[in-house]
Amino acid sequence: MQMSGAQMVIEALKHEGVDTVFGYPGGAIMNVYDEIYKQDDFQHILTRHEQAAVHAAEGYAKVTGKVGVAMVTSGPGFTNAVTGIADAYMDSIPLVVISGQVPMSLIGTDAFQEIDSVGISRSCTKHNYLVTDAADLPRVLKEAFYLAATGRPGPVHVDIPKDVTAQIAEFDYSRPVEMETYKPTTKGNARQIKKAIDAIAAAKRPLLYLGGGIISANAAEEVRAFAKLTGIPAVETFMARGTMGADNPLVISMLGMHGSYAANMAMSETDLVIGLGARFDDRVTGKLSEFAKNADVIHVDIDPASISKLVNAEYPIVGDVKYVVEEMTALAQGKIDAERFAPWLETIEHFNKLHPLGYDEEPGVIKPQWVIERIGQLLGEKANISTDVGQHQMWTAQFYPFSRPRQFISSGGLGTMGFGFPAAMGVKRGDMERVSINVTGDGSILMNIQELMTSVEYKLPVINVILNNHFLGMVRQWQTLFYDKRYSETDLSMQPNWVGLVESFGGVGYNVETKEEFDAALKDAVEKNVVAMINVNVSRFENVLPMVPAGGSLFNMMLEYKDK
Amino acid sequence: MMENERRVVSVILQNEASALSRITDLFSARGYNIESLTVAPIPESKYSRLTIATSGSVRVIEQITKQLHKLIPVLRVYEHADLVEKEMAMVKFPITENLSDIETLSKAYNGKIVNVGNDMIIAMVADEPKRVSHYLEAVKRFNPKEIVRSGTVALER
Ligand SMILES: Cc1ncc(C[n+]2csc(CCOP(=O)(O)OP(=O)(O)O)c2C)c(N)n1
Repeated sequence: MQMSGAQMVIEALKHEGVDTVFGYPGGAIMNVYDEIYKQDDFQHILTRHEQAAVHAAEGYAKVTGKVGVAMVTSGPGFTNAVTGIADAYMDSIPLVVISGQVPMSLIGTDAFQEIDSVGISRSCTKHNYLVTDAADLPRVLKEAFYLAATGRPGPVHVDIPKDVTAQIAEFDYSRPVEMETYKPTTKGNARQIKKAIDAIAAAKRPLLYLGGGIISANAAEEVRAFAKLTGIPAVETFMARGTMGADNPLVISMLGMHGSYAANMAMSETDLVIGLGARFDDRVTGKLSEFAKNADVIHVDIDPASISKLVNAEYPIVGDVKYVVEEMTALAQGKIDAERFAPWLETIEHFNKLHPLGYDEEPGVIKPQWVIERIGQLLGEKANISTDVGQHQMWTAQFYPFSRPRQFISSGGLGTMGFGFPAAMGVKRGDMERVSINVTGDGSILMNIQELMTSVEYKLPVINVILNNHFLGMVRQWQTLFYDKRYSETDLSMQPNWVGLVESFGGVGYNVETKEEFDAALKDAVEKNVVAMINVNVSRFENVLPMVPAGGSLFNMMLEYKDK
Repeated sequence: MMENERRVVSVILQNEASALSRITDLFSARGYNIESLTVAPIPESKYSRLTIATSGSVRVIEQITKQLHKLIPVLRVYEHADLVEKEMAMVKFPITENLSDIETLSKAYNGKIVNVGNDMIIAMVADEPKRVSHYLEAVKRFNPKEIVRSGTVALER
């Protein structure tokens, strides 16, 4: 069928089953927006900033497992979106970002609102396209969705010049994707898998090291089954929180820079690391030469480039972790005796008892960790939890009882302040049944505060819980520990009227000074079901502990910090 | 510490607008070193062949090949073990230099004089990169005015 490039974009989104587009219009993308006006196949959500549109699409993608879609105009529209795109790239989130571009005849002339968008996005996308002929649009858009969702997922950027959106060409979306150069491996090598199982059967202290790849591959169930059958304990990365479920007896906790003592010690003492969808990030490994020093490594990942990038894997297995773990489970039947690892579990139990994850209560102040635990007690499974970036993010990862994958939505790889609130809106849109909570800091929340309007307009309520320490807390913590308490530009004593701020947009706000007030505020916010801001004044100088100082070894944790 | 070794990697990639910049971006973004890079279309196909001479430890080279392979337009990546490698160089000399000496020297490096003008001579050689370097060393005494090297091309034996 003949149609314009702009109509093709709408048709393609329809064919892909897209129900939500987050975006912001402008000159170069207006033809597409005109078509959006005429259709009712999907809802367009007008965020108030392009960065927020992309974060919202990320939140939507993370909670649903579907491809998130964002649409922006050329020039500043696109550059505003870049932080979100880079964020999605670092965390392997499937996105399709469509941007307008100046007409072909103006490309390269420094025209109004021209920027080399594909040049900019090249280093932070899985792939990108500049479409120079409307006839290519059906193929390109189809490939974009396919690339975003398959293999190691990631953002794909499609840049469309304005005249191409006006150009008429044939639209045929029935042709299957044919990419000779792109064939992700999904089935792991059978011989390697067998060898890995033999290695596990021979190990004394094997340890499952679970990464975010398990969640993107929807493989949590398979991983739980494998752990249960073999009796192997597991540590989760920040990105993998929720994989095992908080009440699973085999999960130790999170490992890494702010991981628990038991998790980091288990990693230091293991003789066989079984890495599943994890990428040995420096925040996880600490000093590489000391990381799991006496262990062999089995590494399962869909991305061959992730294997042996930092830590050499004796048993590299390229494949979809869901499939590979299924195979491993089948092979392990009757071959791996769970009893064998009982002494190892005892050792770990001992680590746990020695330094459990915790905090000291102080009369008269609310501890931030308590707030997280309390949300967990009050809402538990019924909430999806997003965070911004900072101490509050680490406390959430440490103290919230995540019971399922896709419950925890946070910016891991890029660590983007301003992610939490728009992402939580996207999460709400993707899962209207559950409460969407954004745990944030008094610094982070101001980075995308304009989304209060979007949240109200589209009835995508988010409860923003501000763990307010009147500081850029995480930076302040480093200044306390490593810069002799020179609190350079981290003091946020100057504060807005939080309640007035949220109310001016049509939401509800609470200032909380006591635990009882917190419980009441949370209950009220859930009931009111509009965008909310619960400003909790917490102890100012609290530190996230344990802490492995950057570049230190995992077994050398700072367990407490007493202010003199 | 692992030794840094010189390696030659060939990449077969789709002929499309930004394919080459994807490759060079990858090298610069990840801090890999490019010693030389040559590229030309493969006749009667929609692919080009790129030859990259680089250096790094075994681990770095392995990452380079994996990361290259990850690029969507890349069809194949070869890290050559046993290869025939050639590079071309052209040198411009003042006409006042000894033509037959230059000719003899160039012949020894699989080359010849390719142009003689009013005030200059151009010689060309094609040989292994290391030998091309030797040649360029040797012709210094003829006061070369301009030198151009092509970068290496390679085929598996
Ligand atoms: C966009 C951006 N700018 C700067 C940083 C560096 N940074 C990391 S944590 C942090 C402090 C965050 O403060 P706040 O949001 O108040 O959270 P807290 O640590 O106090 O919980 C900063 C500035 C960042 N991660 N992202």
